[in-house]
Amino acid sequence: MKILVPVKRVIDYNVKPRVKADGTGVDLANVKMSMNPFDEIAVEEAIRIKEAGKAEEIVAVSVGPAKAQDTLRTALAMGADRAILIETDTEVEPLAVAKILKAIVAEENPGLVILGKQAIDDDSNQTGQMLAALLGRPQGTFASKVEIDGDHVAVTREVDGGLETVKLALPAIVTTDLRLNEPRYASLPNIMKAKKKQLDVKTAADYGVDIAPRLKTLKVSEPPVRVAGVKVADVDALVTKLKELGVA
Amino acid sequence: MKTLVWVEHDNASVKDATLHTVTAAAKLGEVHLLVAGSGCRAAAEAAAKIAGVAKVHLADNAAYEHALAENVAPLIVDLMGHHDAFLAPATTTGKNVAPRVAALLDVMQLSDILSVEGEKTFTRPIYAGNAIATVESSDAKLVITVRGTAFEKAAAEGGSAAIEDVAGAGDAGLSSFVGAELAKSERPELTSAKVIVSGGRALKDSETFEQVIMPLADKLGAAVGASRAAVDAGYVPNDYQVGQTGKIVAPEVYIAVGISGAIQHLAGMKDSKTIIAINKDEDAPIFQVADVGLVADLFTAVPELTGKL
Repeated sequence: MKILVPVKRVIDYNVKPRVKADGTGVDLANVKMSMNPFDEIAVEEAIRIKEAGKAEEIVAVSVGPAKAQDTLRTALAMGADRAILIETDTEVEPLAVAKILKAIVAEENPGLVILGKQAIDDDSNQTGQMLAALLGRPQGTFASKVEIDGDHVAVTREVDGGLETVKLALPAIVTTDLRLNEPRYASLPNIMKAKKKQLDVKTAADYGVDIAPRLKTLKVSEPPVRVAGVKVADVDALVTKLKELGVA
Repeated sequence: MKTLVWVEHDNASVKDATLHTVTAAAKLGEVHLLVAGSGCRAAAEAAAKIAGVAKVHLADNAAYEHALAENVAPLIVDLMGHHDAFLAPATTTGKNVAPRVAALLDVMQLSDILSVEGEKTFTRPIYAGNAIATVESSDAKLVITVRGTAFEKAAAEGGSAAIEDVAGAGDAGLSSFVGAELAKSERPELTSAKVIVSGGRALKDSETFEQVIMPLADKLGAAVGASRAAVDAGYVPNDYQVGQTGKIVAPEVYIAVGISGAIQHLAGMKDSKTIIAINKDEDAPIFQVADVGLVADLFTAVPELTGKL
């Protein structure tokens, strides 16, 4: 079985995003960029499945600027076998990404596609579900456990009330939640080896996919700011406050 | 505009998340509801009483029992032939189903909306709530998930909508439900509680979390939440997590105990009406958003507080 792992280059999760003064977006100039954390979990899961002998090849794919090659090299250094970059300088919405991925799935025929449940920049949480819809395949979203068993995969999902397990016919789409695994760090020798791994660069036009946006961002603004309140001296003062609020 | 709202229910009653979503839908136009499930007529009857609802579509079929996206998405797509917008609450069910519907309709979804600014214009949080985007859709139909805390609840009583049965294709044969481990608790649900007591990594382990946080929550009739750090450390199950990737809450009073206030946690609770923080580190970021702060060792302050309430 082959596993396809889509990854996205996003602002590093430790960086506090700043809204541009002209309200056109978030300032990404000279900001540290990294692989979307949920996608790192996806890469790790694919590697673990391969290490367990249940997959032969892992193909990482990214839709983004030329710099997204760095993100793909990270996936290759972690353990992916080869990579495909769909290069574009414009922002591509989840629906268009799903259409590109559908075309890649048609070429690569993976048994599983594992991707992060959402990217920490646009927080859409859509691409995996959309890809599953376009392919007419089952989806196991927000996974905290993935178990392949013959021609099926059991996915334990993090849902509002706790955990839920579904059984999906392969080929299937899985999106990762935080507690699926802890991604490994790439070792220096593996980072060196990753530089020699195959990385193909293509464009959306190569796949005949229209990536024109459907949504127009009219404005990006700062969220309303909360101001710090008072500090109370002791528990008695806190009890008084709680009584004022009518909860005690 | 005719809207179709996904109803979250337990077969007998309608969950609060639905009521918030109805309020958002009503800003767009006529509100129709979809109750999909198995043996869920009672839920449809409850849904028909929600104020402002014009019609309830009831799809009662064993294939819809667990809201598997593979089975319910085609049902919704069929109904969207006669509706202009599909709205689901941004719960794990809504987030699972809505994008599948959107892709089948060739529509780019608007996730987690905070407000309705016009027929096709909405605000939504990006970058974990560190920025708010105003976006306009150019699609013929809309698919939307709604952040519950951003909209008031519609009145659960007062309506008398007609209930119409819809068939739907049933089982798509792609997936099946195996089982669930759902937390059973006497406490209120996190997303609808008036008061929440949340604990962080400072609680040390699951026994300490239980001994310190639970008595205070019981005293206040509060729901119990946790930071991602506390969940990752295994003190409490995943469904306790408040934050960008967990639950988004906005209670009357949020009490953060031993929570430093990472961006991702603040994103999940900063719309609470009053925030109270107890932390021994006076420089903890949580104090920058707290209305009332107590700098103290939680292991003495919280039991003392519980005792004095």
